[in-house]
Amino acid sequence: MSPELALAFSIGIPLIGTLFIALNAQYPNLREAVTLLTASCLFLTVLSLLPQVSAGDRPSLVMLEMMPGLPLALKAEPLGMLFALVASGLWIVTSIYSIGYMRGHGEQNQTRFYVCFAVALSSTMGICFAGNMLTLFVFYEALTLSTYPLVTHHGDDESRRAGRVYLGILISTSIGFLLLATLWTWVIAGTLDFTPGGILAGKADGPVIGLLLFLYMFGIGKAALMPIHRWLPAAMVAPTPVSALLHAVAVVKAGVFTVVKVIVYIFGTDTLANMTQDDWLSWVAAFTLVTASIIAMTKDNLKTRLAYSTVSQLSYIILGASLATGLGIVGSGMHIAMHAFGKITLFFCAGAIMVAAHRTEISQMDGLGRIMPFTFFAFLIGSLSVIGLPPLGGAWSKWYLMLGAAEADKIVFVVILMISSLLNVAYLLPVVARGFFARARPDAHGAEGHAHAPASAGAAATPGEHRGHAEGGIHEAPACCLIAMAVTSAGCVLLFFYAERIVDLLAPIAGIR
Amino acid sequence: MIAAHLPALQVVVPLILAPACMLVRLRDAAWGVALAASWASLAIAWLLLQQVLASGPISYHLGNWAPPIGIEYRVDELSAFVLLIVSGIGAVVMPFARESVRAEFGTRRVYMFYTCYLLCLTGLLGIAITGDAFNLFVFLEISSLSSYVLIAMGRNRRALTASYQYLVMGTIGATFYVIGIGLLYAETGTLNMADLASRIAEQPGSRSIGVAFGFIVIGLSLKLALFPLHLWLPNAYTYAPSMVSAFLAATATKVALYALLRMVYTVFESDLTLGLVPMYAMFLGLALFAMFAASTVAIFQNNLKRMLAYSSVAQIGYMILGLSYINVTGLTATIVHMFNHAMIKGGMFLALGCCMYRLGSVHIRDLAGLGRTMPLTAAALVAGGLGLIGVPLTAGFISKWYLVLGAIERGWWPVAVLIMLSSLLAVAYVWRMVEAMYFTPPPETVPEGMDTRLSMLIPTWVLIGASLYFGVQTELTVGVARDAATALLGMPR
Repeated sequence: MSPELALAFSIGIPLIGTLFIALNAQYPNLREAVTLLTASCLFLTVLSLLPQVSAGDRPSLVMLEMMPGLPLALKAEPLGMLFALVASGLWIVTSIYSIGYMRGHGEQNQTRFYVCFAVALSSTMGICFAGNMLTLFVFYEALTLSTYPLVTHHGDDESRRAGRVYLGILISTSIGFLLLATLWTWVIAGTLDFTPGGILAGKADGPVIGLLLFLYMFGIGKAALMPIHRWLPAAMVAPTPVSALLHAVAVVKAGVFTVVKVIVYIFGTDTLANMTQDDWLSWVAAFTLVTASIIAMTKDNLKTRLAYSTVSQLSYIILGASLATGLGIVGSGMHIAMHAFGKITLFFCAGAIMVAAHRTEISQMDGLGRIMPFTFFAFLIGSLSVIGLPPLGGAWSKWYLMLGAAEADKIVFVVILMISSLLNVAYLLPVVARGFFARARPDAHGAEGHAHAPASAGAAATPGEHRGHAEGGIHEAPACCLIAMAVTSAGCVLLFFYAERIVDLLAPIAGIR
Repeated sequence: MIAAHLPALQVVVPLILAPACMLVRLRDAAWGVALAASWASLAIAWLLLQQVLASGPISYHLGNWAPPIGIEYRVDELSAFVLLIVSGIGAVVMPFARESVRAEFGTRRVYMFYTCYLLCLTGLLGIAITGDAFNLFVFLEISSLSSYVLIAMGRNRRALTASYQYLVMGTIGATFYVIGIGLLYAETGTLNMADLASRIAEQPGSRSIGVAFGFIVIGLSLKLALFPLHLWLPNAYTYAPSMVSAFLAATATKVALYALLRMVYTVFESDLTLGLVPMYAMFLGLALFAMFAASTVAIFQNNLKRMLAYSSVAQIGYMILGLSYINVTGLTATIVHMFNHAMIKGGMFLALGCCMYRLGSVHIRDLAGLGRTMPLTAAALVAGGLGLIGVPLTAGFISKWYLVLGAIERGWWPVAVLIMLSSLLAVAYVWRMVEAMYFTPPPETVPEGMDTRLSMLIPTWVLIGASLYFGVQTELTVGVARDAATALLGMPR
């Protein structure tokens, strides 16, 4: 397959998939098989682009000329390559997980769910490979709209309210700020193509750059910079696979990915580094990452806590990019991948607990770890990766982020990053500690200790098997969920050892080596 | 041979066939005649546009009387574009009309309806094609009188008051226009637009010409429902038969806007710099008011036809806003939005027509659960709504892009911001509709069956599909609009 074709297919495959998913609405097994097949094809297609991009090629494709001089164009470059690999790879895992979760939870409208999911992935691929700001904006909005039915999946009053917050914030920031910034850039620079070195470099002076940066940063609502982060906790009403893939990986990473892209290819790191008042973005990001961590500590609902944790981790990436140093950019790009694996594992666990034990609050999880050891162990691995401890992937990205801060001579941010890591420990590890060490409350469930090996934890509980009756029927999550968790937590570990590959991939855009 | 007379045929075909409808009387035969006339008009408009694009403006002398004495039909890119919009909408809504009209009228005097429709079409096409200021008034009256009748045919008795209201306001508008033309004639002794333009240029600073200009602008503003002269519009669109709402919403105000552009740029062009500039400030202010006031009112409407009507007033604000920039980009936005809005609003009114047909109501309460009971209609309403907001990949985005671009080029930052803010109001009223259709369970009383008739769904989706198609393929719309805008502003290509 030629690289140009692969680019077109990476958008097209999920869309073709939606058609077959919809056609097989009556046959759930076939429908899920189509989803898996689509996800796998997509991943392989994206993977086929990797050698060329690593070798320094930048395959590109003009889809159509939307307005004179403004085409919808695709172009593969390292950062987008990394994001596309992560998103499409994790889609396979999430699809496996969804099968267990959606059936285990008895969700309605599953066909619509899988269709919207595939459309969302198609939009994400569009964002990854966007060749200019207009293309990126188009797919950015498509992603917002295609995830709206997923957020409001349950269709009750709560999800309707959450949907309003979700759409309200994302649409108003993108139309109010991002579109305006894009148009202004077009007027100033006469182009919107992503160009190494930045298209605004030398075309605009200090105040204009400052204002544009403000419009971009608060226009990209998906990056969840405070105070426009509220949509992310609101989106947690969605089924967990949505929270896992979309609101820990695809949607939010699309946000920070856009931030990095804008800083690298629109402004140019040199332009920003030479700006006198560029500090404010770093400070806002630093504020967000500390504050969100503190809020996360106060949340008892596990998914909400994870959502605030995501808000905080996203700001790591923004902080790294705002430093405008080579190492900072590498750290940011890496953190997109590392955090994706860590956080998706955590959400998978949260969903597994919800399906198996019907618990959503952390305070109810005392002693649950002994019943669901596999789930809680995966949670531990995910937590450690998000915290950034070796031998897990998160360690490297935080390392590069701190190096980036040091390179920019801003030691204060190194300190903030460290403090925040401590806060991560404080809000993530108690969950595991409660699960394994706390004594279960009598009203929650009775005697504990009848942990089962994960392998035997089939979906709807093979009835003949011996289980402790005093557990209130709690046992490990469905097999599909466990497989997914195993894969992503293994990914966290593997990424620690293969982090070098990511650095090599990102080195050209960061201008190091 | 025929090709040389296309400009005349454009008007003559529907005009001749209108009494033919009257003569055949049979319901379906009358419909067939109207359908044939509409499609023939579209074909002619398309051929005219191709001719104009290939070989420049066409000047056609009616009855071979040379202008300025005789009446001249003048087709340039702008008028060919407007002809295409009007005849295109007519051609799409006609197949829809058959079932819709049957359901809303029963059998009584349906042929009268088609006669009036063809007369209205004649008038609208005539306005767009004529190069004679008084002839324009004649066509304006033909279209207005027939649309009063069309609106009065609505099933609800309030259609009568709505029509009467429109009659009064419309007549005032037409009178203002004709007073203006009278003053111009007294001053210059000619009625041909091109001739008027050159003679007005010879007497700069003439007070009576200024007064004439004022009368004409206000008269046409009434017809195009510029805020605050829009009061006739919401009732008229709400109570008119479904097919009439769609047709008029998509064409009538656009054609009036065309007349305004024609007058301002072609006839009075040379006076742009002579003390008439404050008029643009007035346009700017009123447009902004329209965008915000009408959108805000739209949020609180429970009758969806009325909601769309108020939305139209807001969208007209966008068109007038582009006009007020006095630059090519702004004017391009105005002309592009005429086309795009016609597709979007026409499609949405047709979708509401489907609801009227199946459910007998367009109240937001009765549309509960529409996503389940009429999935294709509901999807059309959503797609149209996204166009109104200006989401990318819809035609509305293209309009908004040029509108904001024009504001930035002009250096009007606050205006650019205000356009974005007013889009958010559109989100509010569109989402109210979405939530009603998808988040509330359908009432028990909905009749069984899938959606509605194909003859109604297809036209609806043709327009909605066009609004999506022209959101990514803008060669025709933006290309022609930009050329037309450049020509209007008298700048070299």
